[in-house]
Amino acid sequence: MVTAKDYASPVRPTWCTGCGNFAIWNALKTALVESDLAPHQVMLISGIGCGSKLPDYTTANGFLSLHGRTLAVATGARLANHGLKVICTHGDGDGYGEGGNHFVSAVRRNIGIVDIVQNNRVYGLTKGQYSPTSPHGFVTKTSPQGAIEQAFNPLASAVAAGGTFISRGWSGDLKHLVWLIKEALQHRGYALVDVLQPCVTFNRKYSYDWLRPRVYKLQDDPEYDYGDRSAAWAKAQEWGERIPIGILYRIESLPAYEELVPALEEGPLVRQPLHVKTPDQYEALKREYV
Amino acid sequence: MTLNDMTFKIAGEAGQGVESTGRGFAKALVRGGLYVFALQDYHSRIRGGHNFYQIRVADHDIFSHDERVHLLLALTEVAISEHAGEIVEGGGIIYDPALSVDEQSLGTVKGFPVPLAQIAEDEGGSKIMANTAAIGATAGLTNYGLQAIHGVIRENFRKKGEEVVEANLKVADAAYRFVKEKYGDAFPFKLEAVQSPPRMLISGNEALSLGALLGGVKFVAGYPMTPGSPILEWLSVHSEEYGIVTKHAEDELAAINMVIGAGQMGVRAMTPTSGGGFSLMAEGLGLAGINEVPIVVVNVQRPGPATGHATRHEQGDLLFMIYASQGEFPRILLAPGTIEQCFEAGWRAFNLAEKYQCPALIISDAFLAHSPRVLDMGALDFNVPIDRGVLLSDEDLDQLTEPYQRFALAESGISPRALPGHPNAVYSAASDEHDEYGLICEDAAVRIQQDGKRMRKLETARAEMRAPLHYGPPEADVTFLTWGSTFGPLRMAVDLLNAQGHTANLLQVVDVWPLPVDKVLAALEGVKRLIAVEQNYTGQLATLIRAYTGIKADALINRYDGRPMSPEYILARFKEVA
Repeated sequence: MVTAKDYASPVRPTWCTGCGNFAIWNALKTALVESDLAPHQVMLISGIGCGSKLPDYTTANGFLSLHGRTLAVATGARLANHGLKVICTHGDGDGYGEGGNHFVSAVRRNIGIVDIVQNNRVYGLTKGQYSPTSPHGFVTKTSPQGAIEQAFNPLASAVAAGGTFISRGWSGDLKHLVWLIKEALQHRGYALVDVLQPCVTFNRKYSYDWLRPRVYKLQDDPEYDYGDRSAAWAKAQEWGERIPIGILYRIESLPAYEELVPALEEGPLVRQPLHVKTPDQYEALKREYV
Repeated sequence: MTLNDMTFKIAGEAGQGVESTGRGFAKALVRGGLYVFALQDYHSRIRGGHNFYQIRVADHDIFSHDERVHLLLALTEVAISEHAGEIVEGGGIIYDPALSVDEQSLGTVKGFPVPLAQIAEDEGGSKIMANTAAIGATAGLTNYGLQAIHGVIRENFRKKGEEVVEANLKVADAAYRFVKEKYGDAFPFKLEAVQSPPRMLISGNEALSLGALLGGVKFVAGYPMTPGSPILEWLSVHSEEYGIVTKHAEDELAAINMVIGAGQMGVRAMTPTSGGGFSLMAEGLGLAGINEVPIVVVNVQRPGPATGHATRHEQGDLLFMIYASQGEFPRILLAPGTIEQCFEAGWRAFNLAEKYQCPALIISDAFLAHSPRVLDMGALDFNVPIDRGVLLSDEDLDQLTEPYQRFALAESGISPRALPGHPNAVYSAASDEHDEYGLICEDAAVRIQQDGKRMRKLETARAEMRAPLHYGPPEADVTFLTWGSTFGPLRMAVDLLNAQGHTANLLQVVDVWPLPVDKVLAALEGVKRLIAVEQNYTGQLATLIRAYTGIKADALINRYDGRPMSPEYILARFKEVA
C-alpha cells in the first residue's frame, strides 16, 4: 500500500511562501498515492526553474535536466523504460519557451508522458522577466515598455498539433488538480496538464484573487464533449472573465508512440538483452557487404 | 600491359548515378578477389553539379586513393575538362560520342567513344540503362570478366523484376562486345579476377554502425546531418530486426537529451551527428558529465564553421570535442582512422562510457565515413567484449540496507550505478551540483568532493587509454604524427618514402582523450624529426600533444580545402618542409 509518507523527503522546498508550486507538488504526490504508484515506479523529470526543483523535494526516481530539455530527456527515458510512469514537471519558460520545439514534437508524437507545466506566466528563478505565456503588454525588467509578443497559447497549440489529452489545472483548487493528474496518469499517450499558478513574488497581476473568481470547471457542463476538437479549440481561446479548467480534449483511441515501436513489443528496452539475435545472425550482416 | 593496378574514375552530374555505378563496379571487382579503395566526391545538391567516384584497384590491401587516374568514365563534358589532366600516360577516357568532345584536345589521353545511350536503347529498350552499358564497356576495355558484373547487375535490379534484370544484362554484354570489337587491346591497363575468399567492401559509417550494434546499442536518436546521417539510417533500417529503438528527433538538442534520458534508464544509447549538430549538443554533454550518464556521441566531421562545406572533408573539431560545454568533467574521445578502427570504436565507446559513467565521443570524418575499403571477413571480429562497469544488479540492490548513494565518493571516482526502478535505489539526480544522494547542494566542501570524484575518473580512464599506433620501421629520420582518416594516405606516403630511400614512420593517435601522456611521451622518445599531418589549418593534434608533453612538432603538413589528402599531396608538402 503506497502512502504519502513514501514520497516524503527530508529536503525542504525553497519556494516562496504562498507559491503555487506547493499545491502542485502536493497534488502530484496525492495523485500518485491514490493511483497506487510507488516512488520506484515513477520517473520524475524536470528542467530548470523554480518548479523544476520538484523532484529534488520528492522521494522518487528523479532527474533534473537542462532548461528546456525536459521533454527530450523524458522521451528518451520513456522509450528506454516504458515500465516506469514518466512525469515531467517544469515551468512555462522551460516547456513553452526554451523547449518549444520539444513541446510541439511531444504532442505530435503522443509519447506516454504526463507533462505538468507549472505555468505562472513569468520567470521566477531568474527574478522576474516575461515568459512565453506573459500577456501582450506585460511589463517586466526585460520588457520595460511591455511585452510586444502575443502570449503563447499552450492549449490551442496542443489542439493544433494533434494532442490526445489536453487539460488545464489550477493550483488554487487542490482537489480538482489531484483528480486531473490522476486522469492524466491514466492516459495512454502524451497528457498535457497546464497548471495556472500564481507567482506571489514576480507576477502580482495573476494572483489567487484574480484567478479564483474566473476559473470554472468544464466537468460541471454535462453537455461538454471531450472528444470534439472544435469544442476544445473554442475552450482554449476562452480567457479573461471566464477561464475553463479541467480536460478540454481527450481521446484514448490513438496508441501511444511507444506502442508502435517494433522493438518495444518485447517489453521495456532496458529489460531486453543487449543482443537479441544469435551470433550467426549478426555474422550474417557481413554478407550485406560482399 | 599492367595488371590489377589502376584507378577507375566515374564522373558526372548528381542524379546520373555516379555513386551507384561506381559502387556497383567496385563490388564486381571485390568479387573478383581484387582490393579496392573508393573515394567519393559530391556537392550539396540533388541534381546537377559535378560528382565523381574514384576506385583504386590493386591485388593487395590498399589504404587510400592516389592522384593517378588510368581510366575515366565521363558522363558529361565537364567530367573530361575537370579530370583529363589526372590521366596517366597510356590512360584513356570512355565517353558517349553524343557528348561534344574535341578528340584533338585530349592530347596523349586516348579517347574511347562508346555510344552508351544508343546501346542501352537498342538492347535494353531505354536510355536509362546507359550506366549499365558504361560498366559493360569498362569491363570490356579492361578485359575484366563479365561474370562478376552480371552478379552485381542481377542484385541491383532484382527488385525491379526479371525483365529489367535481363534487359540490363543484355545492355552490359552488348557494350562489352562493342568495346572488344572496336578497341581490342588498345587499353593497356587490365583487370583480372583472382581466386580469393569472399571479402567485404565497407565504409567507415557502415563499420561504425556495425560496431555499435555489436556493442549492444539499444537506443539511437539523431537529426540528419551530412555526413553523419548514414549511421542513423543504418541503425534505423536494422532496428526492428535487432531490437533497437531509433528516433529521428526534432533537433540535435532533443537527440542528445533523449540519449541522456535513455542512458540514465540504463540502455546503451548513442547519437550520431556532424559538427553543427555536435555544437548544439554541447550543453547536453555537460548534463551527461555532471549526472554521470553514459552516452555515446559520434561526430562525423565536415568542414566548418557553420554550414562550411556540407559534403566535404576536414578534421577541424578535435579540440572542440575535448573541451565542448561549460565547466570541467571527464569524457572519452576516440579517433578511428581506418574502417577496422571505426568498427572497434563503435563498440568500445559503449564499454568506456559505462565503465567511466561519462560521455564517450567518437570523432570520425567525411573521408572515412564515405570511402569504402575491402576487408577480409575476419577483419571485423564480432565477438566483442561487453563491460558494463560497476552496475548494480537487482540482486545486489535487494541486499541494500542503507539509503542508496548514486554519487558515492569512490577512490576511482566511479560510483556503483543503480538503474531507476528498484525500490531500494530510489534517487533523484540533479544537474545542479549535488551531494552523494544526487540532491542539490551548494556547500563548498561537497562541491570539492563531487567535482574531485568526477575528475578522478579521468585519471582512472587515462591508465587504460592506448598508446599511439606505430607504422613503419622502428627507427626513422622522420616521424609523422597523425589522427583520423589521414592515416590512410599517410601510410601510403610513408611506404613510398621508404621505397625512395628515406626512412620514415608514423604515429597515429586513436585514443585522444584522456591523452595517455606517458605512452605518448614514450612513443615520441628518440624521434628525430616530427611532422604533424592533419586535415585542418592549425594542427590540432600537434597543439594537444605540445600542451600535454611539451613536444613541439617540427613542421605541419596540413590541408583545409575540403579535399582529402593523397599520398602525392603529402610527399609534395614533405619536400617543402624537409
